Amino acid sequence: MNTADDPDISPQRDADGADWGEQVFRSLPGLGIRHVATVPDAGLGRFLELCDADPAIRLITLTTEEEGIALACGTWLGGELAAVAMQSSGVGNVVNMLGLPNVCRIPCLLLVSMRGEAEERNPWQVPVGRAVPDLLAALGVDVFRPESASGVAPAFVEAGGRARRTGRPAAVLVSQRIIGAKSFTDGD
Amino acid sequence: MGDTSPNRHTRLDRRALVAEILDRRGDAAVVAGLGSPAWDCHAAGDSPLNFYFWGAMGGAAMLGLGVALAQPARRVLVVTGDAEMLMGVGSLAAIAAQAPSNLAVLVLDNEAFGETGRQTGLTGGNTDIAAIARGAGIDATFTVGGEGEEGSAGTDIDALAGTLFEKEGPVLCVAKIALSAESGSYPPRDGVLLQARFRAALAGD
Repeated sequence: MNTADDPDISPQRDADGADWGEQVFRSLPGLGIRHVATVPDAGLGRFLELCDADPAIRLITLTTEEEGIALACGTWLGGELAAVAMQSSGVGNVVNMLGLPNVCRIPCLLLVSMRGEAEERNPWQVPVGRAVPDLLAALGVDVFRPESASGVAPAFVEAGGRARRTGRPAAVLVSQRIIGAKSFTDGD
Repeated sequence: MGDTSPNRHTRLDRRALVAEILDRRGDAAVVAGLGSPAWDCHAAGDSPLNFYFWGAMGGAAMLGLGVALAQPARRVLVVTGDAEMLMGVGSLAAIAAQAPSNLAVLVLDNEAFGETGRQTGLTGGNTDIAAIARGAGIDATFTVGGEGEEGSAGTDIDALAGTLFEKEGPVLCVAKIALSAESGSYPPRDGVLLQARFRAALAGD
């Protein structure tokens, strides 16, 4: 758990020591995922760093998260499941584009690092962060909310399987309790 | 509106342009942005290797990038409109960064929202999609159908088709087209059908 003394982001491990970013990264080959699209977030830092360093994974940097939904639909049409990694605020950006996988029955896998939850220090993160589960549910996305760091990768694998079986998007929300809250050294 | 443009006499006929280009597609996959570009591609001849958008505006170029990355041996052509491209304008930076050699984008630019009542579009003002694409890092960017456009590929259809289907990508071509009233030529609206047949056609070849 993060504290106000942390300089920025707490280590992405909980009491059981699980490095969820690495565990999710290691689950990619088993899910058949070679393409990871992202607007980066500090909470996804470990996962993105490992993806970027692996020549077998293509990390696709986006300008806005909805591009990632369209890209993942394209890779699926080309035969491959893709993952889209984003901060919770990005879920607000993907709303209309989620109509594409919905109406075409295309699986894609979202990894969402949450803001706006416990210990959030930036009120601008709260409105969309609070709305994320409802937004995704309203758009027909299966939502998985692991309760501990060690539960993230299993949820990601389960979400990937669900997406493939149902032909729908699925999302794993990594809570701020797992990631830790971002502190602002010159702020509160 | 587009018909007040000083370049109107050089503007291309969209249906003829798309039909002549797609006549030369070989086994290329075609991703058509929503509205008139989809009708143009359908009018040129339906194919399982065509994926048509009926919504999700702004997504055509990125979907094309996804197909191109997953199928690197397959040529992929995105055909879309000026406003659809602008809604997904960040895609140009993402495409430039990935630099897929098998991806081309054809932007049909009539400088108007032709599908919604011919409201003036932003490219009818100061906005130049080709300049944006170059700035995003897509060096192989061309304009046809305008006057005095730098980097024009010309309107020779064989040369244009060669650029779109054979030149090392990513390639982007802005075709300045006339603002015209074409009849609808509607592909299936069933997204599952469009998805399944496109995917099977790509996997089957």
